[in-house]
Amino acid sequence: MTPVLEARNLVRDYQIPGSLLKRGRTVHAVKGVSFAVDQGKTLAIVGESGCGKSTLARIVTMIDPATSGEMLIDGEKVDIARDGLTSEMRRKVQIVFQNPYGTLNPRKKIGDILSEPLIINTRMKADERRDKAMAMLKKVGLEEKHYGRYPHMFSGGQRQRVAIARALMLNPRLLVLDEPVSALDLSVQAQVLNLLADLQDEFQLTYVFISHDLSVVRYIADDVMVMYYGEAVEYGSREDVFSDPKHSYTKTLFAATPRADVDSIKERLARKAA
Amino acid sequence: MSLLEVENLVVEFQTASGPFRAVNGVSLKVNEGEVLAIVGESGSGKSVSMLAAMGLLPWTAKVTADKLQFNGIDLLGMSPSERRRIVGKDIAMIFQEPIASLNPCFTVGFQIEEVLRLHLGLDKAARRARAIELFELVGIPNAAERLSHYPHQMSGGQCQRVMIAIALSCNPKLLIADEPTTALDVTIQKQILDLLMRLQAEHGMGMIIITHNMGVVAETADRVIVQYKGRKIEEADVLSLFESPKSTYTRALLSALPDNATGDRLPTIAEFLSDDQIFAGAVR
Repeated sequence: MTPVLEARNLVRDYQIPGSLLKRGRTVHAVKGVSFAVDQGKTLAIVGESGCGKSTLARIVTMIDPATSGEMLIDGEKVDIARDGLTSEMRRKVQIVFQNPYGTLNPRKKIGDILSEPLIINTRMKADERRDKAMAMLKKVGLEEKHYGRYPHMFSGGQRQRVAIARALMLNPRLLVLDEPVSALDLSVQAQVLNLLADLQDEFQLTYVFISHDLSVVRYIADDVMVMYYGEAVEYGSREDVFSDPKHSYTKTLFAATPRADVDSIKERLARKAA
Repeated sequence: MSLLEVENLVVEFQTASGPFRAVNGVSLKVNEGEVLAIVGESGSGKSVSMLAAMGLLPWTAKVTADKLQFNGIDLLGMSPSERRRIVGKDIAMIFQEPIASLNPCFTVGFQIEEVLRLHLGLDKAARRARAIELFELVGIPNAAERLSHYPHQMSGGQCQRVMIAIALSCNPKLLIADEPTTALDVTIQKQILDLLMRLQAEHGMGMIIITHNMGVVAETADRVIVQYKGRKIEEADVLSLFESPKSTYTRALLSALPDNATGDRLPTIAEFLSDDQIFAGAVR
């Protein structure tokens, strides 16, 4: 089976322009990253701010081209720097961003937000678009009455549901989730994670899940890639990475994650008493 | 003697649709050298109750309490200028967004020396020496050089260290940390938490950590208060809270942690708990 997404040695450099007194320089945001994701699977990309994970998300979503390297979607080579972007390609990959308060246009109704990708990328008629948006609202756990409402009338978790619904309107093969739950409360986070798992089962969706929260990654991922300064320092199945991290940075990351189990609390209290 | 004593605190905001109760009858106590964690989701009133104790809420907020005492002194009856002499000196606070809570127009050195000048009245040379000492205490390398830097020249973790240094500058008796690590990376979060806990132990400060992260609670607190929609739901020492939570809400909150996931689905709170059920077990 061909993987839905395959990346071979992706590189992305940014040129920082110089000024009168300063020489321009090149930032190597992503330094040769390779991975593959099969249909219906989830690849989690973990790393700290500045490690290049969002740059990678932009390349995969075809917002930015890679400086070098190959990206294959459904076995077909994609190079937007040379060929441009067609609506066909745009339909295959969609993205959900971190902050649901910033990604929904406050002056548009939910229904219009959901229909917009269809207007731009398909020739669907207005009533078909409406039906599809209504159906999608129900799929993500909202109701038909929400169709005519504005984003400010929704809570953070509901907005993230709308953002997920919008990403699914074009029936994408691949969904890039850039920190989709890190702005949400714990209980809402659980709801959204459950929703993502249900949708994956129903549509056989493939996820690229970007996160810095290891407990979420452990819950949702099939494969895990750990990035550090633009390089993939660790890449393997969830079990392998979590049970036997190879790279020292992965170990540091695990050690730094606060643990909420009774044993580690007992240990800490004993240390404090001593 | 308890350092901060709050009884039946109520905070109301006037809105277009009538008064909104952000904090509804919360009582709490912090002793010297004790770490209290206040946990809750957004809208639980955890930050507002501490801002009320600090007197930092805007005039639109109506704060009432049966008792609001710091070190035996009544805070509510004080004039604003008297209160300002305590706030920032004996009670200090660290906020969530380290970069936003520093003034971008002044160097970090100026901002820390300002506190030393206003509260302790030190002269110029003494201020600078103390500022360098504080920067070294919180682990900022090249402290003397760093004093002349602006906030935008520093990373988020470094800015939070500066905020901690400012908060500690007058040796406060009580330190309130409002989501001190939420905006930071995990490895930096670990460093900042370790730093806070070390300083707390060394100085014997009382400390209140406001957070929504159960992991942070488990790693820092002695005692925990769980809040929901402005009310206190549960209060327990940290071990019994995690080992045998009494209220259904706390149990639900803990089971929603992805760490504790047993099956394919995470249990969620809204799915099996109504507000009435949550408040049924509430404590005063």
